[in-house]
Amino acid sequence: MTEPAVRAAILGPGNIGTDLLVKLGRLARIDVRLVAGIYPDSPGLARAREMGVEASADGLDAVLARDDIELVFDATSAQAHARAAPLLEAAGKRVVDLTPAAIGPYVVPSVNLGSHLKAPNVNMVTCGGQATVPFVHAIDRVADVSYAEIVATIASMGAGPGTRENIDEFTETTAQAIERLGGASQGKAIIILNPAEPPILMRDTIFARVREPDAAEVEASVVAMVEEVRSYVPGVRLVLCECDGELVTVMLEIEGAGDFLPRYSGNLDIMTAAAARVGEAIAEQMLGVPG
Amino acid sequence: MRVTIADTSLRDGMHSVAHQFNPADVRRVARGLDVSGVDVIEVSHGDGLGGSSIQYGIAAAEDEELVAAAVEVVERAQIAVLLLPGIGTLRRLAAVRELGATVARVATHCTEADISRQHLGWARANGMRAVGFLMMSHMLSPSALAEQAALMESYGADVVYVVDSAGALVPVTAAERVAALRQRLKIEVGFHAHNNLGCAVGNALAAVDAGASWIDGSLRGLGAGAGNAATEALCAALDRAGHETNADLFALMDTAEEIVAPMLPRPQIVDRDALLLGYAGVYSSFRLHAQRAAEKYGVDAREVLLELGRRRVVGGQEDMIIDVAAQIASARTA
Repeated sequence: MTEPAVRAAILGPGNIGTDLLVKLGRLARIDVRLVAGIYPDSPGLARAREMGVEASADGLDAVLARDDIELVFDATSAQAHARAAPLLEAAGKRVVDLTPAAIGPYVVPSVNLGSHLKAPNVNMVTCGGQATVPFVHAIDRVADVSYAEIVATIASMGAGPGTRENIDEFTETTAQAIERLGGASQGKAIIILNPAEPPILMRDTIFARVREPDAAEVEASVVAMVEEVRSYVPGVRLVLCECDGELVTVMLEIEGAGDFLPRYSGNLDIMTAAAARVGEAIAEQMLGVPG
Repeated sequence: MRVTIADTSLRDGMHSVAHQFNPADVRRVARGLDVSGVDVIEVSHGDGLGGSSIQYGIAAAEDEELVAAAVEVVERAQIAVLLLPGIGTLRRLAAVRELGATVARVATHCTEADISRQHLGWARANGMRAVGFLMMSHMLSPSALAEQAALMESYGADVVYVVDSAGALVPVTAAERVAALRQRLKIEVGFHAHNNLGCAVGNALAAVDAGASWIDGSLRGLGAGAGNAATEALCAALDRAGHETNADLFALMDTAEEIVAPMLPRPQIVDRDALLLGYAGVYSSFRLHAQRAAEKYGVDAREVLLELGRRRVVGGQEDMIIDVAAQIASARTA
């Protein structure tokens, strides 16, 4: 007998949606029944069909028309999700939002995975947020962060139209998550695109001003968090962890798992890996099975 | 040719003073520039709106305070701001527009023009003059650069600049790029020079000959790396080359000499680090950051800059300077 699974759909068959489809395919508790886009000739819809999943070019309407779908992963854009969110909620579908629309509460698995498992809509912040908020939190829990600033540098090739059109939303949403989840009294986010060939791996720098500096405790907490994040994003590597008076500097490099997306796009991999982890926890809650 | 002069002493010049100009400084310099007939005065953190950060340097004052100070004292000049998508946001642009800024200069790395769509479009739709800024222009061929410029034009830009952020262009390569944009675009073309190879004014003259009609400068050459084209020298040279500006040369000279020169913490010269920026094609703003990191880790700033050039680091990646300096230091002790 097969184990019970939650029936799910992916909205947005771009690079993120396809990589997510690969990752969700490995989870026993999630059964992806539909991938929906808006362009009939979208390569993403063709890829979904090749993988044996039903695909539709009717977008949101295709998802809303399906009563069997209980859980929706939205990998479109912030603007599209703002329109879709109330309709999905009215239809009683649970939503994991991968855009920076920030309608539901933020979830970063290594920080607050269990906090919003019953919320109708949870938001995955941004790729930069998924990469850096755990470390702001790791510093804050031992040293009390007054100000944290993150710089996310990604390969141009890894920044699709969604990221490019949502660049203001990226900086604003990431900054808010640094405060709300990371625990910084004030947060700031910067994103840089680098077109170098071959493409660079995702780089993230966290600068934190702390009220209670203790270099040994900070380093131990950061190293423990690297291990925690590596449990769902194996390509995270700590490049530098330095305490200079009240300033803590942490640098990370993130290599993707290479499921569908190329390995340099660690920025996209961390987003899909985190969304899959959150989706799995929500599915376990819906099914009433222990994780 | 009639040339619009945009002075960036109070934006790019911020790099020379580690972003420490305060509203009182801004009032004095902006007043002098306005009296001197400069058409556009750019005022912002050196890395644009919202640039005040550990990454780029904490500013002495908020961008809004600086813009308000400049608006207060000018009678003729337009006040411009710089915005780098990924650092600054529309929210900040809207705030300075309310305060009286009328020109929005939106800067991207030269291959990434498509991240400026929201910001250029908003500026245009909200009655600001929209200016596109293609940074590190030496890294792209003239034809590829013109394609990126055409994207900015399609988003609503009134002017697109060839920006030599690394001071790596010489008159012939500057002119080729301006000419490619001039041929491709219906709108005006601008040029922003850095003096790392000692070519800033010469490049600006070559750019005007190739069809650029907006030229940046800064008093005394203030700015990142070896600085920009000195506005006073630029206007004098343009005049001698037979071009027209609205500048009053004596007033510009007096402002440079009496107001700006005493504010300079160090002479704005082509020193060995600045020269290396131009030679290796590295973002000019990295200079002071590289010098600080080199001192902290006990390495040669030139080694750090060369390695950054080799890694093809782009503008904004100041965090890589720390990483590279730390790596060079640890490779030495290993």
